[in-house]
Amino acid sequence: MFLNVVVKRLLIAVPTLLALTIILFLMVKAIPGDPAQLLLGDKATPESLQQVREELGLNKPIAVQYGIYLYNLVVNFDMGNSISSQEPVISLIGDKFPATIELSVMAILFAMLVGVPIGLIAASRPGSFVDFTSMSTAVFGVSMPVFWLGLILMWIFGLALGWLPISGRLGIDYYYEPTTGFLLFDSLFIEQDIEMFRDALAHLILPAITLGTIPMAFLARITRASMLEVLQQDFIRTAKAKGVTFWKIYLVHSFKNASIPITTILGLQFGTLLAGAIITETIFSWPGMGNWILSSVNARDIPALEGGVIAVAAAFVLINLVVDVLYRLIDPRIRLS
Amino acid sequence: MIKSCFIPSVQKLWGLILFCTALNLGGTEDLFAVDSKSPIDGGTLIFGRGGDSVNLDPAAVTDGESLNVTDNIFDNLVTTKSGTTDIIPALATKWDISADGLTYTFYLRKDAKFHDGTDVNADAVIFSFMRQKDPAHKAYKFSGPYVYFKALGLDKLIKGITKTDDYTVKFQLTRPEAPFLSCLSMQSFAIVSPTAVMKYQKKFGRNPVGSGPFVFKKWEKNQKIVLARNSKYWEGAPHLKTLIFRSIPDNSTRLIEMMAQKIHVMDNPNPDDISTLKEKLGGKVNFAKQAGFNVGYLAMNNDKKPFNNVLVRKAIAHAINKEGIIKAVYAGYAEVAKNPMPPTLWGHNDAVPGYEYNPKKAKELLKKAGYPEGFTTTLWAMPVPRPYMPDGRKVAEAIQGDLAKIGVKVKIVSYEWGTYLDKTEQGEHDMALMGWTGDIGDPDNFLYVLLDKDNTVKPAQNISFYKSQKLHDVLIAAKAESNQDKRIELYEKAQSIIYNDVPMVPLAHSITVVPTLKRVQNFQLDPTGRRRFSKVWLAK
Repeated sequence: MFLNVVVKRLLIAVPTLLALTIILFLMVKAIPGDPAQLLLGDKATPESLQQVREELGLNKPIAVQYGIYLYNLVVNFDMGNSISSQEPVISLIGDKFPATIELSVMAILFAMLVGVPIGLIAASRPGSFVDFTSMSTAVFGVSMPVFWLGLILMWIFGLALGWLPISGRLGIDYYYEPTTGFLLFDSLFIEQDIEMFRDALAHLILPAITLGTIPMAFLARITRASMLEVLQQDFIRTAKAKGVTFWKIYLVHSFKNASIPITTILGLQFGTLLAGAIITETIFSWPGMGNWILSSVNARDIPALEGGVIAVAAAFVLINLVVDVLYRLIDPRIRLS
Repeated sequence: MIKSCFIPSVQKLWGLILFCTALNLGGTEDLFAVDSKSPIDGGTLIFGRGGDSVNLDPAAVTDGESLNVTDNIFDNLVTTKSGTTDIIPALATKWDISADGLTYTFYLRKDAKFHDGTDVNADAVIFSFMRQKDPAHKAYKFSGPYVYFKALGLDKLIKGITKTDDYTVKFQLTRPEAPFLSCLSMQSFAIVSPTAVMKYQKKFGRNPVGSGPFVFKKWEKNQKIVLARNSKYWEGAPHLKTLIFRSIPDNSTRLIEMMAQKIHVMDNPNPDDISTLKEKLGGKVNFAKQAGFNVGYLAMNNDKKPFNNVLVRKAIAHAINKEGIIKAVYAGYAEVAKNPMPPTLWGHNDAVPGYEYNPKKAKELLKKAGYPEGFTTTLWAMPVPRPYMPDGRKVAEAIQGDLAKIGVKVKIVSYEWGTYLDKTEQGEHDMALMGWTGDIGDPDNFLYVLLDKDNTVKPAQNISFYKSQKLHDVLIAAKAESNQDKRIELYEKAQSIIYNDVPMVPLAHSITVVPTLKRVQNFQLDPTGRRRFSKVWLAK
C-alpha cells in the first residue's frame, strides 16, 4: 500500500519532468550565441564551424533535435557528450552531484540546527526583546546577498583569523580519487585518513554556512509562526488546564504539530539550495553541480547545461516525494494520495 | 620617582632590543636575497587561475587554461626564447630550409624521451602532425577538432612529412611560407607520445604524455592539476618539485587566496585587485608585466562612403584621444598603438609617427575632404570583453564623444558576439571595434590577416575592407622570403604603407600584469601569453 503510493507518486513526476525538458530545451535555444562559435573560439574557420554544427545536429529543426534528445535520454539513458570536455554528460553528473549533495546536506543541517531553535526561542516569548533580536537576525539572513556573505566569511575566518580554509574542497597537499564521490565518507571509510576527513570538514564549514543562511532564516520564521499558531489551539488550552508544564507543552505537544509546516519548508528549501549552490559553489571553488552549470552556461555547453538542469530538477522532485513520505511518518492522519 | 623613571627605560631598552632584532632580521633577509641568486631546487608552486583546463591534449584545444598547462608538459620542434618571440631550438637542434622555401629539414636531439620512457624520434614527429592533418590517420578520431591546425592553414600548407632517418624529418610545403617556423612553436603543435595516444585514445587529454619539463600527475576536476618535475628533462631538470594549477573561478576569492599567500601566482587579476595587493601586501608581492601580444582597433569600412576617402580616415585618426581611452577603459594597463602590430614583435616599425590627438587638424582634414559640417555614421561596439578591448561599449562611447567634437555624429550599434562577427565579416558596418591576439610571433599573423586584400573576400578577416595592391605585393614577398633581415625590412615598409593609407585606427595594446609572491624567482611572462615554469624557483 505504502509502496504503491510511492510508485504512483514517481509516475506523476514523469509528466512534470517531461514538461521541464520541453521548456528547458526551448529556453536553451533562446540563449543568444552560436555554440559552434563558442566551442571553436574567435579563430574558427567557416568550414570547421559548419562541421561542428552538423556534428551537434544544430542544423536540424528544434522539434527534431528535441525528439532525438528525448529518445536518447529515455531509451539509452544518454544525454550526449559535453561540448567542452567531450565526456558523457551522465558521467559528469555522477562526478559532480555528490559534492553538491554533501554541501547541501551540511547547509540544511546548519539551517535546522540554528534556525529551528531560534524560532522556538522567539515564539516562547512573542513580542519580547529575545523575539525581536532573533527575528531581526532572520530577516538579515534572508536579505543578505549570498556572494557578499560568502566573501565576508572568507575574509574574516580565512584571511584575518586564518581559522578555516578559504576555498576549495580539500587542502592542496591531499589528492582525492573519488570512490563514492562523497568526500567525507570516502576519506573516513575508504581512505581511512582522519586528517583528510578533518581537512574536508574544515573546507565545508564556510560554504555550508553561506548556503544555509537563507534557509536558516526561513526556518526560524516558519518555526516561530507555526508555534504561535499551534499555541492558540484548544488542545493546548486543555493540556494547560490539566496542569502539564509549559516546557512539556511547548516542546512536545506544540512542536510536534508545528513540525509539519516546518518539514514542508525544509523540503522546499532543500530544493532551493540546489539553485543557491550556483553562487556559493562558484565563490568557494566548489567542484559541484552549481559551479558546473554556471561554467556550462558561460561556455554555451548545451548538452552539459541541459543534463545538469534536468538532474537538479529530478532531485527536486525526488526531495518533494521524500518530504511527502516524511509527513506521513510525522502525522499518520495525512494520507498519501 | 626613581622607580617610575626606571620602568619606562627598561621598556625603552626592550623596545630597542626588539627594534634591533627586527633590523637585524631585515638585514639577514636582504643578505639572503642577494645570496639567493643561485636557484634553489625543490618546493611546490601554486598557480591560482580563473578556470579549469578543458582538455590536456594540446591539439584539441585553444583555451589558455588548457594550453598553459600543456606548455609545461610538452615540447615542440622549436620554441620561443623566454620573454620574446624569437625562435630557438627545442626538440629540433637545428634545421635547414631549401632555397625554394618548400622543404624544411629538422634534426632532432637524441637525448629527449617521453615521460613514458619512449623515444622522441622522427616517427613521433610525423605521428603528432599527421593525426591532426589526415582524416584517415589511425589517431585522427581520438581528438580534434584541431582548431589551430586549421585556423593557421597547416592542413593545406603541409603537403607531406617524411623521415630521412630516426632523427631527421622533412616537411614538404605546398608554397613558401616563412611564418611556418613560428607556427611550429605553438602549443597545439607539440610532439606527443604516439604510444600514449594509442594507449589512452580518446582519454589522452586526461592522461597527457609529452617530453616537457613537468610530468602530468593528477587532475582533480575544477580543483587542481598536479605536475611533477621531470628529473630527466633534456634541458636539465626544472627547479620546482611540484607545480600545481589551482582553479579559483571567482576573482575576489582568488584575491583573498593571494592575500592569505595560499597561492604563489595570481592569474588574470582585475585592475582593482592590483591596487588592493599593492596596498595590503606591499613588499611581499612582485608584479610581472608584459605588453600584450595584441591590438585593439577601430576598423573603418573602406568600401563605404565616406570612409573610402583617405582624408576622412585621417581626420578620424586625429580625432580619437587614445590616451584618454586607455586611462578610462583599460585602467592604464595598455599602451597607445600606432601600428596594427605590437611593439614586442620583431619588425615593428618604430619610425612610424602615429596620428596624434588633434581635433583641430581633424576638423581641417574633414573640411578638405568635403565634409565641413561632419556627417552621421554608425559605430559597432564589441559585446564581449577581450584583453585588447576590456569594454567595447565604453570605448565606443569615448570615441563617440571624441568624434562629436569634430562634427561627426555617431550612433552606437551592438549585436550578440556570433552575429557581430558574422555581420562585420560581411561588411555591414560603417565603423567597428575589433581586435586581434597574435597566434604566432610573426608580423604576417597581424598584417596579412588583418589588412591584406586576400582577406577581404567575405567572410572577411580584413573588416576594414582595405584593398591595396602595393601592400599585398610587400606582404606576399615577405611571406616567401626566408632571410630574416630582409623580412624585417619588408614589414617595416608595409607598416609605412598602412600608416599613409590609415585603413583602420590602431587603438591600444593591452598590458598583462601577473602578481606573484616575492619568493617566486625567475617568473617571466611571454608576449604570446605563455606561462612557463621550467626555470622558475622558490626562494626560502
